[in-house]
Amino acid sequence: MLSVINILYLLASVLFILGLVGLAHPKTAVRANRMGALGMLVAIVGTLLDRNVIAAGMNGYMLIAAAMAVGGLIGAALALRIKMTAMPQMVALLNGFGGAASVLVAGAALHDAVNPNLQLLIATAASGVIGAVTFWGSLVAFDKLQEWLLPGKPIHYPLQQPLNVLLGLIALALAVWVVRDPSAMAAYWGLVLVASILGVTLTIPIGGADMPVAIALLNSYSGLAGAATGFVLNNNALIITGSLVGASGIILSQIMCKAMNRSLANVLLGNMGAGSSGGASADETYAGKVKSTSPEEIAMLLETARRVVIVPGYGLAVSQAQHAVRELASLLESKGTTVEYGIHPVAGRMPGHMNVLLAEADVPYDKLKEMDEINPQFGQVDVVLVIGANDVVNPLAITDPSSPIAGMPILEVHHARSVIVMKRSLSPGFAGIPNPLFAADNTLMYFGDGKAAVQALVAAVKEG
Amino acid sequence: MEMFISALTVFVLAVFVGVYVINRVPPLLHTPLMSGSNAISGITVVGAMISIATPGRISTILGFAAVALATINVVGGFLVTDRMLAMFRKKE
Repeated sequence: MLSVINILYLLASVLFILGLVGLAHPKTAVRANRMGALGMLVAIVGTLLDRNVIAAGMNGYMLIAAAMAVGGLIGAALALRIKMTAMPQMVALLNGFGGAASVLVAGAALHDAVNPNLQLLIATAASGVIGAVTFWGSLVAFDKLQEWLLPGKPIHYPLQQPLNVLLGLIALALAVWVVRDPSAMAAYWGLVLVASILGVTLTIPIGGADMPVAIALLNSYSGLAGAATGFVLNNNALIITGSLVGASGIILSQIMCKAMNRSLANVLLGNMGAGSSGGASADETYAGKVKSTSPEEIAMLLETARRVVIVPGYGLAVSQAQHAVRELASLLESKGTTVEYGIHPVAGRMPGHMNVLLAEADVPYDKLKEMDEINPQFGQVDVVLVIGANDVVNPLAITDPSSPIAGMPILEVHHARSVIVMKRSLSPGFAGIPNPLFAADNTLMYFGDGKAAVQALVAAVKEG
Repeated sequence: MEMFISALTVFVLAVFVGVYVINRVPPLLHTPLMSGSNAISGITVVGAMISIATPGRISTILGFAAVALATINVVGGFLVTDRMLAMFRKKE
């Protein structure tokens, strides 16, 4: 029976890998995701044949079914009701639940172990630490994204790093205790408690704007916690899945860090850029150079444009302007204009978020262009519409080596013939610095509130 | 020790597979990638099922909570990923 179960686990792992392979293209992705779900079904059916589960009889099956019903209902309710703007919160919660499940399973395994070997003990300690850090770190990330209790900006207090090191050392000591005396369950739960505090203290210094990195990293931790639990149970399905998820999270956090030109350490410690040393002030940058425009004037520009690129920022999603933007694009396309979207990797609040928000507004995915693909083409673009974005189109990243965003890859919209920036005011973005793009010769500012401003523009284009 | 080495082998090889496969996923689908990986990390459910079934009140309670949590990941993760991917179908 054991070999049958292990073969089913192998089949499940293969289906998970194929599920990830299929995510390489939107056309194959839906089927790939269902393959992953099938893999999960196979793994669960296999586990129902486990001799412990069979020995537990009807009572065991009923308990498993009840627990799955509870989790299934909560999961389905979350999945079907969550707004796409709140996807980062959803993923943060799921990261956390994954970590918590690992803590509980490792705890149960330690409790039940007869003559546990070194591998089980070390893996149990690892699973407890990583799982608890993941759970509490994810709750903090969730809260910061939801903007309930904690402020979005980094939280700093005296002796922050020494305190974290101290907590880490206490956790290490408790882990050694778990390994030396497996019967001491108090040591395990103490370890989980200390790791829980550590999860909170490690996440609160991370700023709201850096949450894409934090979520990706916690995603990775949840995978590593699962892999550690796999070592506890000697279960290959858990080890394989955990390492796939661990690798995925690490890769995504690296991509996000690169897109912000920050080191991972810099993000984790909550250090924003080195501070603007000698950069021009807002007054120097903008005085007398900013040209404001009206919907009618923009409509005239768009009338003659053959190629238009829309650059969305998170401000667009906050004001729910995606659908109005899509309407504007359709209107222009019906007149023969080419409309595309230039997406910066950190345009949303998690990796790939802006793409989902635009896809929800029925924007075809082949119109969504990555930064590296669209950047060389801005020279041939007639009009760029920047909507609710700021730092990701700030040319100072290229021109001013002393700027806090120096070296950050940006969408080089300033090469386009005309740039229209839709924004409520000249207020700075997360980096807190003025943006010379707003004062450039080829830029017109269209001040207004996201959705209403786009709708006014749609009306003007219709009349024109 | 031999069991550990074989588990470690599986772990290291799976990390390599992960790195190669994930690097092929375009930024377009990075959000579904994350929710999808949440879903498959719900595989902890199989360990949790065994904890429920193991005699003893404590492991049954821990297992019950873990099965519920992991199932949130499985059901929530796959469903929300499906919902998102449906939006990426080619529009006419």
